[in-house]
Amino acid sequence: MPDAPGLELIRGEVESDHPGAVLATSFDREQAALIADPAQVLDLLRWLRDTPAQGYSFLSSLHVADYLPAEPRFGVHYELLNRERVERIRVKAMLADPGEDALPEIDSCVGLFPTAHAQEREAFDFFGVVFRGHPELTRILLPDDYVGWPQRRDFPVGGEPVTFTYSEMARG
Amino acid sequence: MADLLADTPDAGLSEDRTTEVMTVNIGPHHPATHGVLRLVVDLEGEIVRECKPVIGYVHTGIEKSCEDKSYWKVIPFVERMDYVSYFFQMEAYCGAVERLIGLEIPPRAKYLRTLFLELNRIHSHLVWLGTTALDLGAISMLWYCFRERDRILDLFEMATGQRMHTRYFQVGGVIEDIPLGFEEKCRKFVEDMPVRVGQYEALLDRNEVFLQRTKGVGAVSRERLLELGVTGPLLRAAGEPWDLRKAFDYLAYPEMDFKIPVGTVGDNYDRYRVRMAEMVESTRIVGQCLEALPEGPFIAEDRKYVLPPRSELSTSMESLIHHFKLVTEGFRVEPGEVYYGIESPRGELGCFVLADGSAKPARVHFRDPSFVNLQAFRDMAVDTYVADMICSLGMLDPILGGVDR
Repeated sequence: MPDAPGLELIRGEVESDHPGAVLATSFDREQAALIADPAQVLDLLRWLRDTPAQGYSFLSSLHVADYLPAEPRFGVHYELLNRERVERIRVKAMLADPGEDALPEIDSCVGLFPTAHAQEREAFDFFGVVFRGHPELTRILLPDDYVGWPQRRDFPVGGEPVTFTYSEMARG
Repeated sequence: MADLLADTPDAGLSEDRTTEVMTVNIGPHHPATHGVLRLVVDLEGEIVRECKPVIGYVHTGIEKSCEDKSYWKVIPFVERMDYVSYFFQMEAYCGAVERLIGLEIPPRAKYLRTLFLELNRIHSHLVWLGTTALDLGAISMLWYCFRERDRILDLFEMATGQRMHTRYFQVGGVIEDIPLGFEEKCRKFVEDMPVRVGQYEALLDRNEVFLQRTKGVGAVSRERLLELGVTGPLLRAAGEPWDLRKAFDYLAYPEMDFKIPVGTVGDNYDRYRVRMAEMVESTRIVGQCLEALPEGPFIAEDRKYVLPPRSELSTSMESLIHHFKLVTEGFRVEPGEVYYGIESPRGELGCFVLADGSAKPARVHFRDPSFVNLQAFRDMAVDTYVADMICSLGMLDPILGGVDR
């Protein structure tokens, strides 16, 4: 786990190759995170994967969290792992909500980490985050004709209409 | 591929018979899919040319429901994701919350958790072995495996009151100490289990049908598995000694003496061998936990997060207040986020918890190993026979409750 000064070192090194790719760093509860510019997140991930001194070659998990009411609202998390040094680092790209009619977009990292295929589909399914360049961005767990993004914080629990309404009607 | 085609009975027939591709739907309700998994398979004769798993049939929105529950009420929810390895789900979640609030758990709780996790690992592997051997025609294996599984469930029932979905782990430790007589019963199990594993191996290892069905079937290279994010016994069977229990420092694993079994070629036989060896290693860990079980409290003392003992409720006003606060509202967690990964029987089980300062988590996400591992299924199944695909699916060991959550 890189500590807070270690994170700053990484940030400095990234800055020379990809200026502006890292917007900020955070070291909280012994977990290191780089907050990335969403437009350059692929460059940053590739750099972390391919730079010999970094070697974060394994993507443990890709998930999205909704930080409502904060803005930008959606955080795409990449949990990277260096298996030689046994170190984890989190890359976090924050996406703003483009409003009612549009969906937030970010580049797909399937080309870098094939494991992200299903996880990006899951993130799309539940948050409506569009991963540009994903080979098959369809719903994965919910039905194809489902409307809405249920894991968003403004989607109410119980917002799903009850399919089997017979007993409800019979009992009132 | 060409030689595989030459093996088929159709090979000598007219060309259109062998090259005709038929799309067949297997599942979602099919006993060989080990749950509610649908496979859309393109078949050329008996050979799988393309295979697409379709999931989501048991999606229940557990992650969303967790956002509506206070932290301690989430525990029984997450257990029901991967319903064969419930202790692991609890550990991933409770561990993540403990890291969020910075709560250290007492040594005895660490050992008890380790003990139950490893019992659960044996239990999970027994379910895998029984059902997969059943798929391959070894029907008696199911009964032998479930006989030992029942002894583990008896132990769970003895300590927790429940056979499955025990809700035994709490934020801060475990809910109750192990009862009198548990240790003895558990020791007996630790003595017996390696013998039983030897008996299973005697049934399967020289069984020609079993060997032919598993050896050289469904092999995927180590590099490809790593690309696909596959972890756990599948990765170790391909020769990669990667185990979070050794890599990261959590619970009592650093004090335990155990080996990581690895395979060589990563075919279905290696996957079988690795899991068999893991059962023996887990038994050793259980034995060591019993040997070295430290005395002391089994749950942290911090009254802000941990329920006071029942005896205090009638004597201490303060305890009563804490109890009331914890049961009604739950505890609040300062904003922050934590990802905590542990080694489940199927690989890396990660839990991501986002706290927003309230008494309910703002997001609970599980990186379920079955969900990620299932992506390797296409590589395992394509260009093998349908029957081998079923074998590979069994050896992949997905739990669909965990896949769909």
